[in-house]
This record gives sequence, C-alpha cells and structure tokens, in this order.
Amino acid sequence: MSSTTAEPVRRPPAARRPTGSRAGHAYLLIAPAVVLVLVFLFYPVLSVFWESLRHHNLTRPLDDGFAGLDNYRALLADELFWRSLRFTAQWVFVEVGLQFVLGLALALVLNRTFVGRGLARALAFSPWAVSGILTTTIWILLYNPTTGIGHYLASMGIGEYGTSLLSEPDTTFWALVIAELWKGIPFFAILILADLQSVPLELYEAANVDGAGPLRRFSAVTWPHIRKAVVIATLLRAVWEFNNVDLLYTMTAGGPAGSTTTLPLYVAQTAIHDQDFGYGSALTVTAFLLLTFASMVYLRISSGDSKEGK
Amino acid sequence: MSLATHDDVGQAPVPAAPPARRHAARKRRRSMGDRLMLWLPLTLFLLFTLVPLYWMVLFAFRPPGSTALVPWPITLENFRRVWEGSGFGVYFRNSIAVAVASLVVSTVIGMLGGYALARLTFRGKNVFLVIMLCTQFIPGAMMLIPLFQIFNGLYLTNSLWSLIIADTVFHLPLSLVLMAGFIRNVPVTLEESAQVDGCGRIRAFCAVVLPLLKPGIVAVGSFAFISAWNNFLFAIMFISSQDRFTVPVGLSYLLGEFGSDFGALAAGGLIAVAPVVVLFAYVQRFLIQGLSAGAVKG
Repeated sequence: MSSTTAEPVRRPPAARRPTGSRAGHAYLLIAPAVVLVLVFLFYPVLSVFWESLRHHNLTRPLDDGFAGLDNYRALLADELFWRSLRFTAQWVFVEVGLQFVLGLALALVLNRTFVGRGLARALAFSPWAVSGILTTTIWILLYNPTTGIGHYLASMGIGEYGTSLLSEPDTTFWALVIAELWKGIPFFAILILADLQSVPLELYEAANVDGAGPLRRFSAVTWPHIRKAVVIATLLRAVWEFNNVDLLYTMTAGGPAGSTTTLPLYVAQTAIHDQDFGYGSALTVTAFLLLTFASMVYLRISSGDSKEGK
Repeated sequence: MSLATHDDVGQAPVPAAPPARRHAARKRRRSMGDRLMLWLPLTLFLLFTLVPLYWMVLFAFRPPGSTALVPWPITLENFRRVWEGSGFGVYFRNSIAVAVASLVVSTVIGMLGGYALARLTFRGKNVFLVIMLCTQFIPGAMMLIPLFQIFNGLYLTNSLWSLIIADTVFHLPLSLVLMAGFIRNVPVTLEESAQVDGCGRIRAFCAVVLPLLKPGIVAVGSFAFISAWNNFLFAIMFISSQDRFTVPVGLSYLLGEFGSDFGALAAGGLIAVAPVVVLFAYVQRFLIQGLSAGAVKG
C-alpha cells in the first residue's frame, strides 16, 4: 500500500503506472475469479473430452473403463441423435427468425417517444425475468383444454373446443415456438433497443427534410446503424436458443416420441435420467463443436456481407 | 400513408431550424396513420405479454372450479395448499439461501476483479477479459456431467453448496465485467485526491468509490440473484432429496402431476416470480441502457 502514497505531488492517472507491486495487486484482485473459473468451468470443459472416451454409466458401474471411440460410434448410429440434430436446427432457425422480425418491430415501437413509454417498456420486457419453468407453467395453463384460453374463446363461439395442443405432433412444435417467443421477443428487443437509441436524431430529421417516408428512413438511416447489433444479437439469441433446455425439458420433455428433443436437451436427459456419463459426454463434445463451428461460419458470412455492403 | 405531411416538412426551408420550429415539425409528424403504426403493434405486443401473466394470476387467486374471468372473491387457498402441502415454504427458503449466497459471492469477487480491470494495468489483462467473455457461451447443459463429478468428488452433491458454487461461477464473469464498467464510471480523480489526503488504496475505495457504486452493486447483485433464482438444470441434476429442492424444481414436479391442481400450479408460479418482479423493477432500466448484453441471457 505504501507505493500508492509515495508520490503525492505528481499524480498521473493510476492506470499509467504499471509498477511491479501494482501488477501484483491486480493479480491478487483477479485471483479468486480466475481460480473459480479455472476449477469449475475450464477443468470441467476439458474433462468432458476425456470422459467421452470412457464407458461410464452410473447405473452400470461394472462396465466402467476406457472406451476409445465407442461412444462416438454409438452416436453415429443413434437415430435419436440425428433426429435431435434436425430438430435443433429447425428450432433455432424458426425461433431466431421470428424473434428477429418481431423483436426488431417491438424495439422500433418502444424507441418512439410517447406518453407512458417507460411503463410500456417495463411491461413489455417483464418476461425477461421469468424463468423457463415458469414460462412452461404459464403456457401449460393457457394451452390446457380445460383451463386454457381456448376454452373461453370456444364458449364465446370463437374457434372450437380444442384438444391439448401439446399432445398432437402437428401443433406441439408451434405451441412450443409461441411459448418461447413470449420470452424471446423481449430479449431480442432489449438487445436492439440500446443501439436504436444511439442513432442521432438529426439523421432522421435530415431524412425528413429530404422527404423520406417511413420505409426509406428505416432502410437508409436506421438499418445501417443497427446492422452490427443485429448480427450480434441474432448470434447471441441463436446460441441461447440452442442452449435453452428448461422450457423444452418441462413442457414436452422432448416428446411426443422424441420429436421435440434438441441436442442439449438430449444431453441433459442422458445425464439426468439415464446417468450415462460416457455417452452424455460424447454428445456434449459433439454439441460443443457443432455450436462453435456454426457460430464461426455465421460470423464469417455476416462480416463478409458488411465488407461488400460498405 | 403519411407522405403528405413529410412533403410539407420537406418543402419548408429549414437550413438551420430553430428548436421551436423543429419541435413543431416533429409534432406535426404524428398523423393518424402514424399513431396507428405506434399504438396498434404496441397494444398487440402488450396483450401477448400480459394476458399469459394475467392468466396465471387469475388461476392463483380464484377458487378451484370457478370459471370467472376476474379473480373475485379473492382466495388464498391455493397458496396455502402449495406453501404447506407441496412444500413450497421449504423450497422458497432453499432458493433464497442459494440465490443470496450466490449474489454475495459473485458480487464481492466481481468487485475485486472489476476494480483490477477498471483501474490497474497488468500483463494478460486482455486475455483475462476475453476468457471471461468466452465463458458466457458455455451452455449449462454441457456442464451437467463434469460438474456433477466434481461435486461428487467434493461430497457436495445433494447439498445447496453445489448450487451456490455452480450458479456463482456461471454468473461471475458477467458480474465482473459489469462491475468494471460501473467502477470506470466513478471518476479516478476522486479516488486520487482521497489518496493524496493520506488514505490507502483500500480506504480510498471504501470511503469514496463504494458509496458512488451503490446503484451498480444493486444492479449487479440483482442480475446474480435472478440468474441463481431461476436456475433449474443444476438444481434438478445435483439435488436429490426433497427437503433441498429449490422453487423451480418444486414447480417442475407440480407440472408433472398433470391435470390435477391448476390453482396450486398457478400459485406456485406466482411464488416463483414474486421476488424476481421486485428486482426486475429496479434492474430493467439497466437492461435498456444496454450496458449488459450478457445480462440478457436465457
């Protein structure tokens, strides 16, 4: 501590004096974070790779041992794996696509000035704080034929008295999509709104002076400004929709007949129910590599785009 | 649709419009069609958001069997049943313990690291920052197996500590980065003049920076609390005995008892959301300031 008071007369900003003890202090300060992250995040990530090469099933302790690539071979032959892969792609694509369109619309609306905007924002964003399980709870109530809103609509003569949306394969997918959109649209809007607010008002006024209509204003002023934020927001949403397990786990448990199982959900079920850690780890590694690969491809494509655009 | 008004504005000679004039122009822009473009989508969005929430409130406060669309007369019967009969009283205490512990640990460690990031230079700072950001992409589901094994080795499975540690570690990088931002916003000069007055770095921090940091601490802590409170996967994987369940796990079991008691389910849902609503009211303005893309996770 003495070094901090050693030169009271000249005092350049602290950040410009990287003396030995300063740096020492810094390492002391970040040490707890580094230790926790190394032990409970990085070591586990590495250990999953090793674990995926082993037979390790809690329900069959006698079979434990080195497996080589057995788990991966089993995975390639696993029909549920391939189906989960297809469903994951469908789920992420549909969710992020709709969240992009509707979330952008919500952000544009909430970016305008009107009476009660603060309240409207707070209400519109409230699903952000709601957990995946609670989302399931709410939508189960809404979708259930006896408690759901359809019951009331039917008794008023709108629509017909429905069966449970979650038991029919055709309707299950869209029922899930809508429930997730309820949470996802506000998320996307929050990510975009911050950037929308940074668009200088003068630009809109200039566009008005030039006689630009709403569409033209959007394409010439708003879009170029928020384009980068949109690229990042869609990537983040895609990663999170990929990782999102809670809603699917509790609403359909991947059913009916595995038709709504994403890859991470398959991982979770293998870990929680089957307790097959070896195979679950192989699934984990595969999901991890696919996610990283897809993110890199996406970033490459979208950054290539912007170079051409500018 | 509202082109006519725009043309009006366009033909007006406005090389350097005085503020009053500009204001008038903006006011005039509010044509009929323009207002419709605002209020129609806004109403639809708010209905989509609020009707489902209202549905839960309705079922929670309505006597079983009633089909009224307004929960009147209000009954607390559902809450009593779920709080005592289904054990939500216990789950609630467990969840509070986990979320508060995770809040305290991740905020304190986040503040230490955040201070280093904001005020000190050290070799490897950028690497450290990049690693912290990268952790945000690690999916919780992928960590179930390895974390379970670590906790098993530490004899922490089926203990609330496993949840506290896992929730803290997952949230820590975000707490740290957010905290660095808040500390950076406190002028360095304040701290330096305290040091000139003879305070050590630690005293200068406590006396000068800490009071100004209060809103930041509340925000960072709220984010940590909400994320730990809402966590479901870790709780269902690491905890096996019912007296250590958290609220989301209890809720998932209520969901499992399908079709039986929707009033209890809705009441359980309201219990699950109650603490979060209070914190959300505070935290939501930080969300929109966009200082925290990482906070918008889920």
